[in-house]
Amino acid sequence: MTDTTTSGPMLSADGVPLKTSLARALRRQKLRALILIAPLLAFVVLTFVVPIGSMLFRSVENQIVSGTLPKTIEALETWEGQDGTLPDQEVFQALFFDMFRAAEAKEHTKLGSRLNYERTGFSSVFRTTGRSLDDIGEPFQDWLEDADPAFAEGLTWYEIFSGTGGEDLIEERRAIWANMVGEGFAGDIGFTLSGEMAQLLPQTAAAYSDWAIYTAIVEDDVVAEEDPWEAVYAALALDLARDGAASALAAYSGAGAAPIANALAALPSLPEIDFRAAFIAENDGWGDTGNWQTLKIYSPDYTAGYFLNAIDMEKGLDGATARPESQQIYVKLFIRTMIMSLIITGSCILLGYPVAWLLANLPVRSANVLMILVLLPFWTSLLVRTSAWKVLLQQQGVINDILVWLGFVDDANRLILMNNSTGTIIAMTHILLPFMILPLYSVMKTIPPSYLRAAKSLGATNWTAFWRVYFPQSIPGIGAGSILVFILAIGYYITPEIVGGTDGVFISNRIAHHISSSLNWGLAAALGSILLVLVLALYWLYDRIVGIDNVKLGG
Amino acid sequence: MKLSKTLLATSAIGVAAAGLAYAGGHMASGTFTFVSWGGAYQASQTNAYTVPYTENNPDVEIVWDESSNEAVAKLRAMNEAGNLTWDLVDVVAADALRLCDEGLAMEIDPDEMLAPAPDGTPASEDFGDLLVGDCFIPQIVYSTTFGYRTDMVPAGVEPPNDICDVFDLETYPGMRSLESRPINNMEWALMCDGVAKEDIYDVLATEAGQEQALAKLDTIRDSVIWWNAGADTPQLLADGEVFIGSTYNGRLFSAIVEQNQPIGMMWDAQVFDLDGWIIPTGLPEDRLARVMDFVYFATDTQRLADQAAYISYGPARLSSAPLVGTHAELGIEMAPHMPTDPANATNSILYNFEFWADYRDDIDAKFQAWLAQ
Repeated sequence: MTDTTTSGPMLSADGVPLKTSLARALRRQKLRALILIAPLLAFVVLTFVVPIGSMLFRSVENQIVSGTLPKTIEALETWEGQDGTLPDQEVFQALFFDMFRAAEAKEHTKLGSRLNYERTGFSSVFRTTGRSLDDIGEPFQDWLEDADPAFAEGLTWYEIFSGTGGEDLIEERRAIWANMVGEGFAGDIGFTLSGEMAQLLPQTAAAYSDWAIYTAIVEDDVVAEEDPWEAVYAALALDLARDGAASALAAYSGAGAAPIANALAALPSLPEIDFRAAFIAENDGWGDTGNWQTLKIYSPDYTAGYFLNAIDMEKGLDGATARPESQQIYVKLFIRTMIMSLIITGSCILLGYPVAWLLANLPVRSANVLMILVLLPFWTSLLVRTSAWKVLLQQQGVINDILVWLGFVDDANRLILMNNSTGTIIAMTHILLPFMILPLYSVMKTIPPSYLRAAKSLGATNWTAFWRVYFPQSIPGIGAGSILVFILAIGYYITPEIVGGTDGVFISNRIAHHISSSLNWGLAAALGSILLVLVLALYWLYDRIVGIDNVKLGG
Repeated sequence: MKLSKTLLATSAIGVAAAGLAYAGGHMASGTFTFVSWGGAYQASQTNAYTVPYTENNPDVEIVWDESSNEAVAKLRAMNEAGNLTWDLVDVVAADALRLCDEGLAMEIDPDEMLAPAPDGTPASEDFGDLLVGDCFIPQIVYSTTFGYRTDMVPAGVEPPNDICDVFDLETYPGMRSLESRPINNMEWALMCDGVAKEDIYDVLATEAGQEQALAKLDTIRDSVIWWNAGADTPQLLADGEVFIGSTYNGRLFSAIVEQNQPIGMMWDAQVFDLDGWIIPTGLPEDRLARVMDFVYFATDTQRLADQAAYISYGPARLSSAPLVGTHAELGIEMAPHMPTDPANATNSILYNFEFWADYRDDIDAKFQAWLAQ
């Protein structure tokens, strides 16, 4: 008997090893539990985890720069920028083709708005340049069409560049489009690139592919029937003027060999290619090295720039530096938010404790009335309550009127109770009071009155009985109420906005400003993330000092 | 470049033709969501535009969403979520410019999409310079100007009639209310600090100029209540909380004329701004056709003049001005209450869209840091 029990596995009634059977039963139970909580889990993930995750992501995400100007950013890598020289022609050349593509897709102004957060003027630099890119390309179009009128026909271009073997380049250009616009650029474009042309005329093949993809997928037109962009003409001029282009093309005898030969022959009359001068002529912002530095600083796909802005610093070529004092605001607001939330929590404890005590100790009938009085404001709209405070607190408001009538305050020197931090503290204390009273009440309700009586009968004074016996037992309620009030207060927005004036506003008001008004969502996300981390850190600290087990919401 | 223009033009012609020739043909019917500002302004649009339009097109129902204040943020969010629920949006010109930059508003061709004036002047000339950016369809000219309590003017002193009276705490003691943003306030501060009107933006573009403006605002800082909503100043004036404050002229008009408050207008250095429609990008074709049809109707000369019967904002078309009549309920002449009336517009500034598009982020950051000090 002993042998079988020790060597073989223990079996359940149906002959399956007990361990397996137990595991199966447990698994089934776990699964059932999981299915039961699945709706809640999905809800929490969808409405809580995903938005917070995407917010955290937005605070570092910066793909728009390299997505919109990929080749420019590549070319800019070798530019140091510290010595005040402008980037070389190669960068401006890349910029021309990147900008042309972006302007067609109306993406350049988005980048302008993005960079304008970092440096003033980018918005109009991109907007005005986007309008005049055609003009930069036009001389080359005129030159080519003068050299051979066949270049005015879209079909000529199509025939030159059609072929096989250039699939890699097409795919590369598709990826560039998809990176910029953020959508798939898959699908047939009714055009395959010639590998030979991709070798002989690389710039033109790239520009023509860009145009072909755009024409077929965005415009939904037939590539063979349309005329290419001015940028394609400019690219061909660049390719033809390159050293060694003429000799390489001499052997070419495919489609369009004649117009190409004519263009090569017309090379002496080619207008000067100077993209740098052309860009600066369109907008002198391109001649400002500061702008180029900003572009380089913000070229990586992920940036700490938003977070640096959120703590009053700025990103430079040589790392982060503090902003000038006259522009610092966020650290101050974070500290103010913390301090004022603490004050509000403190005044909630002072005001809420006696009320909760009354609630817990009055006879049921009067306690119910009091409870309704506590809950009534709780059920009133936040906006209504805050606006009511406005009526009460303003200089010609009810409180001041009464004080003047009673003679406590001179009519000429009415108290300034709102549009400052006093207003925020008064209104928010009132609004958050129920969140303090209710947990306090539910904890006090469980403290048997006999304890106090016992203390007194043993000789304690009223104060000692309260302080040594009653108060320690009510601390879990204070803890719960404080956490609730503090965390709610720290994220408050409407009340400070209405009664806070300038020195009573919180960091959340700045966040709201960046979400709805300045539209700098990256900065708003960074500020929000910092606020989230601060709350978590304080919670951790609270747990270390008070202990989260000592927090009770009831029972 | 040519391509997209041709495409735009052809679709515009197509849409306009659809709007004109085959009204009701392949235009969507049903419920449309228009976005506006709520209050008296939205009521004026309902009375002047949507009521007559739905009378002619009974299969269309228009519901309003009062979100113009946050239109840019919400449109951006809708675009990211791929769920556009608005058909036509009323925004200020600066926001229209921004929506256009972000690709959230459709580019328009005024002569194709908008009605010519009754004498045949094409829309682009009738609206003239007010066609800001490539996407904006102007409706009205409004101004940000000052109202003051007539009963709080100190005895023996002229009522304020100069922008610099706002900065003169000695002659005109009392609180002021100003909008809590740099736009307009910086211009007024510089004007009253000896900068000529034509140099304002050159000065404001420099760091020193910005500091100069903030220093001027510093002189009245302790006497200013900063407002965020257009309704704040009329309320503060009505309650006697402030002596003088800036807000939109239509708000002051309704406080003075409709509610008989003891408030006077000070038109000096009023800042003209524009409000109008944008069409969000990405509308399905049949809905777009309907929206275009509505816009063609609602921005014609008569309709714009009609709106002025309900609110004291100037119509954006030159040809509408002579048609402005009397207030629909009070029967008073509206022309003298228009910001564009020659008597009111002796000294005015036009909101500088280009400048603020570039400088808003930077100057706003400095202004807010100054406020928080």
